[in-house]
Amino acid sequence: MAEKRTPALLIEDNRYCPGCGHGIINRVLAEVLEEMGLAEEAVISLAVGCGGLMMYSFGTDWIQAPHGRAAAVATGFKRVRPKNCVIAYQGDGDALAIGFSETMYAAIRNENITAIIVNNGIYGMTGGQMAPTTLPGQKTATSPKGRDADTTGLPLDVIAFMKERKVGYLARGSLHSAREINRVKKYIRAAIENQMNGGGYALVEILSPCPTNWYMTPEAAMKHIENTVETVYPLGEFVKNGEKVDA
Amino acid sequence: MAMKLMKGNHALAEAAVRAGCRFFGGYPITPQTEILEYLSARLPEVGGTFLQAESELGGVNMVYGAAAAGCRAMTSSSGPGFSLLQEGISYIASAELPAVFVDVQRYGSGLGDIFQAQSDYFTATRCGGHGDYKLLVYAPASVQESVDLTVLAFDKADQYRNPALILSDASIAQMMEPVELPEMREVDFDRPWAARGRHGGENKRISSTMYYIENFDSYIKAKYDDMVAGEQRWEAVRVEDADVVLVAYGISSRICKEAVMQARERGIRLGLLRPISLWPFPVKGFAEVNPEVKAYLAVELSALPRLEEDVRLAAGQRVPVESFLGGMNIPESSALVERAASLISASGTFQR
Amino acid sequence: MLSITCSGYGGQGVLTAGLLLANVSMEAGKKLTWVPSYGSEMRGGTASCHLRIDDHEILNPFYAKMDALIAMNEDSVDKYESSIVEGGVLIANSSMISGRGFRRDIRVIEVPATELSQELKNPRGANIIMLGAAIEATRLFPADEFADGIDAYFARKGRNNPLNRECFMRGVQAARHE
Repeated sequence: MAEKRTPALLIEDNRYCPGCGHGIINRVLAEVLEEMGLAEEAVISLAVGCGGLMMYSFGTDWIQAPHGRAAAVATGFKRVRPKNCVIAYQGDGDALAIGFSETMYAAIRNENITAIIVNNGIYGMTGGQMAPTTLPGQKTATSPKGRDADTTGLPLDVIAFMKERKVGYLARGSLHSAREINRVKKYIRAAIENQMNGGGYALVEILSPCPTNWYMTPEAAMKHIENTVETVYPLGEFVKNGEKVDA
Repeated sequence: MAMKLMKGNHALAEAAVRAGCRFFGGYPITPQTEILEYLSARLPEVGGTFLQAESELGGVNMVYGAAAAGCRAMTSSSGPGFSLLQEGISYIASAELPAVFVDVQRYGSGLGDIFQAQSDYFTATRCGGHGDYKLLVYAPASVQESVDLTVLAFDKADQYRNPALILSDASIAQMMEPVELPEMREVDFDRPWAARGRHGGENKRISSTMYYIENFDSYIKAKYDDMVAGEQRWEAVRVEDADVVLVAYGISSRICKEAVMQARERGIRLGLLRPISLWPFPVKGFAEVNPEVKAYLAVELSALPRLEEDVRLAAGQRVPVESFLGGMNIPESSALVERAASLISASGTFQR
Repeated sequence: MLSITCSGYGGQGVLTAGLLLANVSMEAGKKLTWVPSYGSEMRGGTASCHLRIDDHEILNPFYAKMDALIAMNEDSVDKYESSIVEGGVLIANSSMISGRGFRRDIRVIEVPATELSQELKNPRGANIIMLGAAIEATRLFPADEFADGIDAYFARKGRNNPLNRECFMRGVQAARHE
């Protein structure tokens, strides 16, 4: 049996809600950075939102970006210190609503950074409001009758926008099972390798549960991702080494 | 050293490069666009980075990232774009990072127009974004000062780890004057507070410093008090015996200087107090003024009084303070002399 | 102190004439300001620049009244003639400005600069011809000294062209013969 070891980069217990996906993603990211020997080189541009809570528990250098601007902050840093491993860690509201322009333009410039966008279909920190990624019909604090796609638009698939651009790496993973978590780890590793090889913009979007604001048990939330969320957001690698992956 | 004929915007941009600025992220807006254009060619020549951002929001946050990395970084904008910078400026101030901003003022709220104005005084000097911070604000009155104060702004931003602002305007930005440029400087990025990967040390946490500093309220108050005590800059012209003192910064101050000379030729005792630092406001300069001064006249290219507020606070209750405003039109110095003369004769009716 | 405005259509070289005047003045150790027309002033296709030149620091770069006007076209006369001080100088490009009266309390020097520049095979030199007339009329510099300054300026730019000096001196002649 393999040794169970907590990555040294996780310097304190995390502050996420029980069953939150961020804790899993933080751990996977820490493992990848340590395995790649990048723990001392990593600098994270941190979003505002639940993801920002990693400031207490994640032991790399980091910069607290204004809400939505993590990709621009990461850009400024990476241009000055191109040898560092620079990661923009953001939620879906941060990256795809208020920060859509900054996120898209980092991709359009093919900025040599790695973005991790955690898609839980909701604004978690503020208590479960509708996000750009909320599914049609999904009830939230600001769509009490369910998201009406006719008046609020369809869920935003950022990878569909980006894969037509010249970018280095695009993948979407899910946390719904151990197997999928292992895939997420593989994607994050590939996205960071892409950056360290100068491959340009890399994004890993991760479908993640928010049991608290979904009003579900952690188990039910994982089932919901597998059975419902994944029908809207397809999983897999979409761009590798700057080339579109054929479906 | 040889003089060079330069536009205000170009001279400011070259001064930034010579002060060691190696990162610029910005967005075109008249009348500051020449700064952007100049640096797009110039920064790569010295190994620096120029990035045309998708917006001022993008630009200011690129500057935030570059400053966090330890690089001397800058962005520039004007009126509408300056509004958009405020969010990022608040974060940079809150993280106690140095950076330099430039607002080449243009006229009006909303879209306004591209000609010179001094209407952004409050945004610049009060606290344009949310929270508890101030910018060191410098107001050049010439192309040469666009150079000198830009260099000073970078040095002071570093010294206090606080953003600094050059508050210029369309006329100084567009006009040409002979200037003397400083020597080129290189500034080491590896400063103790800069993020660069933890490299075996403690991890750097670039964020609001309130999270880490004990007794933050008194700490941050003391930091800004130090600036108030140590960083007031002004020029005083013929104020010792003046009956009326004009107070004006930037381009207005030059019209005022001409007015002082004209008035003196007519035997009218007019003086000028020119704030060079707008924050901290040079309250100390008022101590040089004739204690018997009859009135202050704040002169600014603005439709509503801004500077007048600071002049009132500095002048105290005893001396009347009025404004000479002019936004759409540049006032003539002779009009200032007439206004000063009428202030003097009005005050005479209450004397003796 | 001399306040002088150069004005004309975009493409007539008024900003360049101003820059030339500014550069030669600077190299001669004078203080100066050069303010371009800007914003709404530029509507209608007429460009201008406004210079103040002195041995002492220039306080106010703006002026309501000018000592001299170089008017490359009719619009420039319409716009600025009334702003010339009494006894001031108007250099009018008579190739583009004809059949009109001028103020009588100013000195008017009419120079067919556009035609002369073609005669001298330097069609872009009309502005320098006008500048020659202005320097002679205002006595800002001795003509030869300024002509040397022009040569030095273009030499620094790597664009030495003896025709520029010729144009300048033709303008000087025109002012002398008025």
